[in-house]
Amino acid sequence: MNALPRYQPDPATAMRYLFFTGKGGVGKTSLSCATALRLAEAGKRVLLVSTDPASNLDEVLETKLTNHPTPIPGVSGLDALNINPVEAAAAYRERLIGPMRGILPESALRSMEEQLSGSCTVEIAAFDEFAGLIGDAASVASYDHIVFDTAPTGHTLRLMSLAKAWDQFLDDNQSGTSCLGPLAGLEKQRAIYEAAVVTLADPQLTTLVLVSRPQRASLREAQRTSLELQQLGVTQQQLVINGSFTTDCPHDALSQAMQELGRRALEQARDFIASLPSFLVPLKAINILGVAGLRKLLENEQSDVTSLQKKEWQAPPMLRLSEIVDELEKHGRGVIMTMGKGGVGKTTVAAAIAVSLAKRGHAVHLSTTDPAAHVAQTLDGQMDGLTLSKIDPAEETAAYTATVMAEQSAHLDESARALLEEDLRSPCTEEIAVFRAFAREVAQGEKGFVVLDTAPTGHTLLLLDASEAYQRELERQTGTSQPEEVLRLLERLRDPHYTSMLLVAVPEATPIHEAAALQEDLRRARIEPFAWVMNQSLLGCGTCDPLLMRREESEHRFLTEVAQKHAKRVAWLPWQAEEPVGLAALLALSESKTS
Amino acid sequence: MISHIQVYDPPMCCSTGICGTNIDPDLINFAAMLAQFTQRGAKVDRYNLSQQAIAFAQHPAVQELLRAEGTECLPLVFCDGVLRMKGRYPTQEERREWVRDFAAKEEAK
Repeated sequence: MNALPRYQPDPATAMRYLFFTGKGGVGKTSLSCATALRLAEAGKRVLLVSTDPASNLDEVLETKLTNHPTPIPGVSGLDALNINPVEAAAAYRERLIGPMRGILPESALRSMEEQLSGSCTVEIAAFDEFAGLIGDAASVASYDHIVFDTAPTGHTLRLMSLAKAWDQFLDDNQSGTSCLGPLAGLEKQRAIYEAAVVTLADPQLTTLVLVSRPQRASLREAQRTSLELQQLGVTQQQLVINGSFTTDCPHDALSQAMQELGRRALEQARDFIASLPSFLVPLKAINILGVAGLRKLLENEQSDVTSLQKKEWQAPPMLRLSEIVDELEKHGRGVIMTMGKGGVGKTTVAAAIAVSLAKRGHAVHLSTTDPAAHVAQTLDGQMDGLTLSKIDPAEETAAYTATVMAEQSAHLDESARALLEEDLRSPCTEEIAVFRAFAREVAQGEKGFVVLDTAPTGHTLLLLDASEAYQRELERQTGTSQPEEVLRLLERLRDPHYTSMLLVAVPEATPIHEAAALQEDLRRARIEPFAWVMNQSLLGCGTCDPLLMRREESEHRFLTEVAQKHAKRVAWLPWQAEEPVGLAALLALSESKTS
Repeated sequence: MISHIQVYDPPMCCSTGICGTNIDPDLINFAAMLAQFTQRGAKVDRYNLSQQAIAFAQHPAVQELLRAEGTECLPLVFCDGVLRMKGRYPTQEERREWVRDFAAKEEAK
């Protein structure tokens, strides 16, 4: 597997459009910047398009970017623009809501605003912005290459391909379907969207670059995306495995474990890796600054570690997980939820807290939603007072989708049915489906502790609250009853004595930014997270591998940022080669008194 | 006497209610009834607050009710300009009545 070639974009064969895709934190922005730079330095005219909401691209390129092409000083031929998708979504919302201000009452405006605050709206608004760059050839005619640090998801693309059905659908929409809300504010002409979709699928024009970390979950995600986009006709794909790590320290346990972990992940994904052109980018020290730093990213020599110098740094106050459990224990019962993006260790943290509370003699129910995590099964019957259950999001979603389709199909025509089907593939549907199982589990917190490795977003909660207000009214009139657990859910989640939310993240820029966005979203629903958990930290790991020492140092600013800017309390957990499985390993994590 | 129906839906995520905790069977059956009316020549306009807010703003009675009672007054259903339903969808019993009215209107033609 180490025989994979290094990623080296070739100016002679590179396609006109390059899209980099992957989950947050895999390095899309750095790689797309480095690629754009390489092409520009080979004499091409290049436009780099970023949708990085953290906007650390300004810092990386040492240039203030706007949503119009700005030349990058010192690199002839390279222009860049940054679309902040959150701002784009806000502008997009304003286009729909603005004209209604002063005309419709405040309550109506607020509910419109909530309906247009989901992640779908952000995605669609971003697509609206960059469709012009793909679908409207004249606007970018002077460039040889346009490099995007993101790509539309399959869900967005399918919605766009259904564009033909829109007008007809909106014109004779009598059957009352569809989440087309976010699409209503699309500004560009339909021809541009259609051209954008066609361009994306043209193998003579477009390459999709899947970016992954050398980790199992990350590679699985890349494979899923690859298949989904292939089915939509986006067949020209490459895989870049970013951050592959080899160590020259044979006696350093941590760096050996990390190297082995990467090797095994690549081995397990070998069929996928062999199925498309695949490349490696070696792990670098995190802070890539300036054009010089970007150049180094794709250079062949090992990264520069000679400049390593111990800077004085005062670690912010951080708690051990056992101290978090001390606090949670005081409530005597209630719900504990771990929340965060995929792969940050939500399930591990939830399980560690559950066994710790059970060890202290409490009745604890642990409910997990991660079908890949075996952590829960290994605990079955292992401990008095600890019960387990599983919510399988795929099963819940499939059942829910089937129910809705069965109920609706009869009175929908074909195009409407296709649209409803697509609506149901939106990420919201899974949240709603899981939510129903979830409400049940939360109610159990009246009797003891309930620990969940998931939580609904603030957006979902506010939407459901709106629909519940209507449901409650309906009940008052008709006498039917909603389950008590659903009616009381939001109230319970808002009660800090009943519910404690833990935001889990790893100490890197993008994951922290994503967790901060989740926190903002919860605060809109008037829910205040109890603590942040910084997982998989190299701090104090004692490695002698120079590269890992640099990575450790680069965590400093992120840990400080979380403690000072985001979190009321911060708990800290060390890097682990293996997901801790079984009672002993989990207790070691949650009851450890040293850090 | 039904020939023009205007529906102003409540602020749910989407009017299928797929984003709600429960799917309201009255809502679905109401939608089916409207489809039937349309087939038989009625004019049906249906508006969702998040998608077609302008329609809410342009209807003086709707705007007034929203101002006075907030979004709880939705859905609002008008038949030939007269408010027939407020704050909920018609029940099975009421739907039968609507269908009878519609048939009577057809015969009167």
